[in-house]
Amino acid sequence: MAEEIIIPGWRKWLEDIGEQVSFFTRFLRNIFVGGFEWSEFVRQCYEIGYRSLMLVGITSFIMGVVLIVQLRPTLVAFGAASMLPKTLSVSFVREIGPVIIAIICAGKIASSIGAELGSMKVSEQLDAMDVSGANPLQYLVVTRILATTIMVPILSVLGDVIGLFGGFLALNLRDHISLSLYATKVVASLDYTDFLPAFIKTIFFGLAIGFVGCYKGFHSSKGTESVGLAANSAVVTASLWIFVIDAIAVQITSLLFYK
Amino acid sequence: MEEEKTIAEFKQIKGKNEVVIEIKGLKKAFGSKEVLKDINLDVKRGENVVVLGRSGVGKSVLIECIVGMLIPDGGTLKVLGVEVAEMGDKELKELRMKIGFLFQSGALYDSMTVRENLEFPLTRVLKIDDQAELDKRVEEVLDSVGLEEAIDKLPSDLSGGMRKRAGLARTLIIKPEIMLYDEPTTGLDPITSREISELILNMQKKYKTTSIIITHDMECARITADRVVIMDDGKYIEEGTFDSLKKSKNKIVQSFFRDIS
Repeated sequence: MAEEIIIPGWRKWLEDIGEQVSFFTRFLRNIFVGGFEWSEFVRQCYEIGYRSLMLVGITSFIMGVVLIVQLRPTLVAFGAASMLPKTLSVSFVREIGPVIIAIICAGKIASSIGAELGSMKVSEQLDAMDVSGANPLQYLVVTRILATTIMVPILSVLGDVIGLFGGFLALNLRDHISLSLYATKVVASLDYTDFLPAFIKTIFFGLAIGFVGCYKGFHSSKGTESVGLAANSAVVTASLWIFVIDAIAVQITSLLFYK
Repeated sequence: MEEEKTIAEFKQIKGKNEVVIEIKGLKKAFGSKEVLKDINLDVKRGENVVVLGRSGVGKSVLIECIVGMLIPDGGTLKVLGVEVAEMGDKELKELRMKIGFLFQSGALYDSMTVRENLEFPLTRVLKIDDQAELDKRVEEVLDSVGLEEAIDKLPSDLSGGMRKRAGLARTLIIKPEIMLYDEPTTGLDPITSREISELILNMQKKYKTTSIIITHDMECARITADRVVIMDDGKYIEEGTFDSLKKSKNKIVQSFFRDIS
């Protein structure tokens, strides 16, 4: 009797894992088979990248300002005010920038992809594409996942620059530091071990955001409520994946660069 | 070699009175619920078969099995002479190029204009790249369904009847041999329903398609059917012409024709 209660839960969970692996495999295969949907890919890069730029920019700017305002009193108390550009740049480029920007993208992009594909499923558009002999994975999934995989790292780099500029403005209000001195200190405090691992992990953040959004949308059930559930589930799952990937990336980076 | 044989088999069935859809003892269940219990149906080339039945008796499941969206649990289902359940991805794609499926909602891609909706199967399935050829085909099929003025409109700007027409145009544009209609008149007013039913009949004559029409709209059945098949509780219960079924003694059949004069 106990088995009858426990097994279905595990089975459903295992089936879902299996389905995700199968979906990912089909995504990989569809990148290379058949024609690549260049026009849809470019449209998705515009929708995902350009249309998220304002949100990412404002958030990063505020984060840069807030970090300087929060850090300054502590560092001044230790007589280390000159360390502010270095502290901000290392923390922002290595960790805060990529993770915060990825979380924002999960909220905006994964939910939008999940809702769009979920609504296409509810209104039988996915079935219509499938029974016409066209390949919905090639047109809808490959283009969206590749667009997020490329655009999230670009947004992250732009967000880093905007955040550091926000930090400069906040610092300049109190300490009257020149932009050239601030920029020199920022550049001097960063090397490839700060930038490269952070950039590489944003590629995986983008992949996770696109994959989760597409998977949740494609596997939503056929009811209006399922569109909202797909969008919600896409945000929660993509956010969780971002932290899991970040934890793994930090371990690998520590082993490789910060022994 | 097996693949070549299958493709060749598609091409064999050409003559009139040839059975293009052959269903024997078809079964399909979802969990413990048996939706199709024992369906037998032969559809001949050029025939319009209307499948009538109450909601939930498995009519839509039947046509979803025909197009390979669902895999039957038992029985045989041959389309154009080939068993659907045994087809690989490539054969299934090839079969789907010969079948048009009109969904209940029309299922137009809502981010695309009517023109882009119609070009989609041409560029992705038939791989036509020549813009002049695309324009010619799109304009021809829109003219057939009387929707030329809506060519650059988005689906959200179309009425229910116009969406059905656009959906029909998108399925006809690849010139299918078989058309499957899933409740084509549901949600439409009586006048538009009649127009769509007449359009289905006209398109069948013009494009010489074989059709299965799933409906519970008796007016649509009367206009379009060469033969009516009645389903209940996952089984086929009676078939005949519309007029012959009106005289049936079966109570379920009578209940469909009760309000028909």
